[in-house]
Amino acid sequence: MTTTYEPNKVLSNKEFKVVGTRPVRPDGADKVTGRAQYGADLQLTGLLYGKTLRSPHAHANIKSIDFKKALALEGVKAVVSAKDFPETKDTANYGLGDSPMNYFRGNILADKKVLYKGQAIAAVAASSVHVAEAALSLIDVKYEVLDAVLTAPEGMAKDAPILHDDLFTKEFEKQTKVNSNIAEHFQHKMGDIDEGFAGADVIVERTFDTATVHQGYIEPHNVTALWNDDDRIHVWTSTQGAFTVRAAVSEALAVPVSKIKVTPMEIGGGFGGKINVYEDPAAALLSKKAGHKPVKMVMTRAEVFEGTGPTPGSHMTVKMGATNEGKIVAAQANLAMEAGAYPGSPVGAGAMCVFTAYDIANVTIDGYDVVVNKPKTAAYRAPGAPNAAFAAEQVIDEIAEKLNIDPLELRLQNAAKEGTRRADGPIHPRIGCVEVLEAMKEHHHYQSPLTPAKNGGKVGRGVGIGFWFNIGMQSACNISVNNDGTVNLVEGSTDIGGSRASIAMHAAEVLGISYEDVKPQVADTDSVGYTAITGGSRTTFATGWAAYEAANDVKAQLIDRAATIWGVDPDSVEMEEGVLRSKTDTELNMSFKDLSAQLNDTGGPIVGRGAVDPSGIGGSFCGQIVDVEVDPETGKTDILRFTVVQDAGKAIHPSYVEGQMQGGSVQGIGWALNEEYYYSEDGRMNNPTFLDYRMPTSLDLPMIDTVIVEVANPGHPYGVRGVGEANIVSPQAAVANAIKSAVGARMEKMPMNPAAIMEQLWS
Amino acid sequence: MPATKVHVTTTINGEPVEFLAEPRQSLLEVLRDVVQLTGSKEGCNDGNCGACTVNMDGRIVDSCLVLGVEAEGADIQTVEGIASADGLHPIQQAFLENAALQCGICTPGFLVSSKALLEKEPNPSEERIRMWLAGNLCRCTGYDKIVKAVMAAAKEMAS
Repeated sequence: MTTTYEPNKVLSNKEFKVVGTRPVRPDGADKVTGRAQYGADLQLTGLLYGKTLRSPHAHANIKSIDFKKALALEGVKAVVSAKDFPETKDTANYGLGDSPMNYFRGNILADKKVLYKGQAIAAVAASSVHVAEAALSLIDVKYEVLDAVLTAPEGMAKDAPILHDDLFTKEFEKQTKVNSNIAEHFQHKMGDIDEGFAGADVIVERTFDTATVHQGYIEPHNVTALWNDDDRIHVWTSTQGAFTVRAAVSEALAVPVSKIKVTPMEIGGGFGGKINVYEDPAAALLSKKAGHKPVKMVMTRAEVFEGTGPTPGSHMTVKMGATNEGKIVAAQANLAMEAGAYPGSPVGAGAMCVFTAYDIANVTIDGYDVVVNKPKTAAYRAPGAPNAAFAAEQVIDEIAEKLNIDPLELRLQNAAKEGTRRADGPIHPRIGCVEVLEAMKEHHHYQSPLTPAKNGGKVGRGVGIGFWFNIGMQSACNISVNNDGTVNLVEGSTDIGGSRASIAMHAAEVLGISYEDVKPQVADTDSVGYTAITGGSRTTFATGWAAYEAANDVKAQLIDRAATIWGVDPDSVEMEEGVLRSKTDTELNMSFKDLSAQLNDTGGPIVGRGAVDPSGIGGSFCGQIVDVEVDPETGKTDILRFTVVQDAGKAIHPSYVEGQMQGGSVQGIGWALNEEYYYSEDGRMNNPTFLDYRMPTSLDLPMIDTVIVEVANPGHPYGVRGVGEANIVSPQAAVANAIKSAVGARMEKMPMNPAAIMEQLWS
Repeated sequence: MPATKVHVTTTINGEPVEFLAEPRQSLLEVLRDVVQLTGSKEGCNDGNCGACTVNMDGRIVDSCLVLGVEAEGADIQTVEGIASADGLHPIQQAFLENAALQCGICTPGFLVSSKALLEKEPNPSEERIRMWLAGNLCRCTGYDKIVKAVMAAAKEMAS
């Protein structure tokens, strides 16, 4: 069978010379030949291997730890536990806000109490990984096992076992004296919710539950640390933020950042999950105790599932009301999300996004951050927003159904625009919500009849739209001019999916040189200015902007230099498309290449710098159209056709933007249909392997058609909006709406696996 | 007590290679830690992600599920052996030009698997490619651009 696809489209807003083209990435050759150095590939002289001892219990007091037998094993060089942390201050901040030091350190090496199965308790360094593993089994830990709390509703129950005796609920931004598992309850309010519902002709209210899921990057966490004889620490790791690792190691070990150098290795996926720091401080401590030998630690897949990530399970009630004409007049959400073992679920972000695609006068959103006996949640692509959209986008769908209005038409009627106030406060700047919805409506997919069933099942179509606000934060970049008319670009954002290319393209555009003449490099923390995480869809936006600034700095210096050589006023010289020329004397012109060859004889090298902390962040909207086939006998769902439409502001490298849209959407499909942490009653994950934690394979999917909409972000020189995250927000809801349209089951639980669908069909 | 090591004679990427392996070491561990060929990646160590895929005597295998000692007398090709002195293989070039990788950790496995497919079947359908590559997990791309890259490589190799 041959399938024909709509070619991927870019609805461009403006043409540039380099920006908007699709060159090959600069790290490409290394990555297709096996030469690229990922964290686990590092070899150092005298290298030792570390392994972590992890809790077998979801909730327990640690009564004692005895290392005697482990230390007696031949080849064991050092052991560490929480007792090896030095005295320090009470709070930790590694660039993402304050947290209590005991919580921050507790998630690195637990002290006195373990709060999830898989939590690190101790670590061993040995001559080989096999010896280190053998040593773990010789460590004797005595536990007092406690009852586990596994979901937000369980954690919020009055008689729930309490995880932390020092955690007191923050209620409406005020600290109370109530010791509970609810770390925080907040509320966003706009208009009058009761009045809003009183004016509604149709009201839909539903309660939704979603399971814990993992980011699922293929590369396990890894770190190699050397605590050198001069007390300087060098850390090599796969991370989304080298400076974040530096700060975290500094905070955990009470060592100044100036004594720590972090070299970011190539990173094998992160999706938010490689922002948090896990074994790095323990590896450094082991290195010191083992006599200043480098120690390498690489997690197993089970350790990744049980000890890192995930994104939270959630319990949510959403109620919306609309008039018969299709005006949504009131919306209410109660969002409770699992923080995992320590406070900090993404419920705040979920609340920022739940109704953000719509202009609704009366809104109330309550959010609850609840600690439970699961791994501490980490960011995962638009964290919190997919959970919220799973609820809200299904309720909207049901309203459209009740009012007999086309679901995209209902969304368009109520779409947020520039000037619409969000319930959490901000007023939307120029956004592309309407443009995305219109592109969906006009798309061949939406205009076509339902895709025919492949296996005789029932077919249905669903849509959804999601929002992610994106972040700015700090980035730095240096550009130095080579004497052959090329430039070297040094930046601090670890490249997780082609950002070296998109950042280099900013510089090439400014200088009017070809993309191939810019050689980008991701530097270690000693070699570039502070650069925040590769996360929040900020890298192309902010680090690209830093490259833009650095290139403009180079350009200004080139103009000065040309003016000096020509003996004219710099104000009379301009540089366009890689050529310097006098504005008044046509005889005076020189290519960038010719000038670069003369630099060393005319005053020395030229180095430009860019350092930014941009505001003007542009949020991104993204919508999906999906056709599914559901087998009504078994509940198995197949994706027949899938289209994703996203506002990129300006796609610097359209292929890599499409890659983000396709990748985020497919993670959403996996989340929708299969993925979950399957827990035993006592809090053990029963499926910590890729066999049983089932992520989508190539066979599970059709092509993922894309449309890039470009509604320029006025806050960025080329109009860029971050594109890494909005694409995962609504695929789950779109799939749910498609299942509803296929078999009539409104899915209140995720994953929507065969069992969940059959349960709903039979209920 | 450290295990006694076994002497193994094999061929890797066309070169004769000898190494000493503990009987418990996987071929992946030997490739990465003993022979220093770190292009094959460990994503799961239980045969489910395919990042460690190598070609062994004409069959693609997860090298984490093969013992190092089983390499005796075998002919093994890893990602390091795909490019030649003339440059990148068409499948490597197609992955780059079609943006078929983002983080790149799964890429070595996909390249070894795809090359084996195109050697057996020069003009596979989309469905056949999706079936063949179902043992290789990619979390970044959603597979769309990978499948298109394999189709593009097939076209390039036929011309």
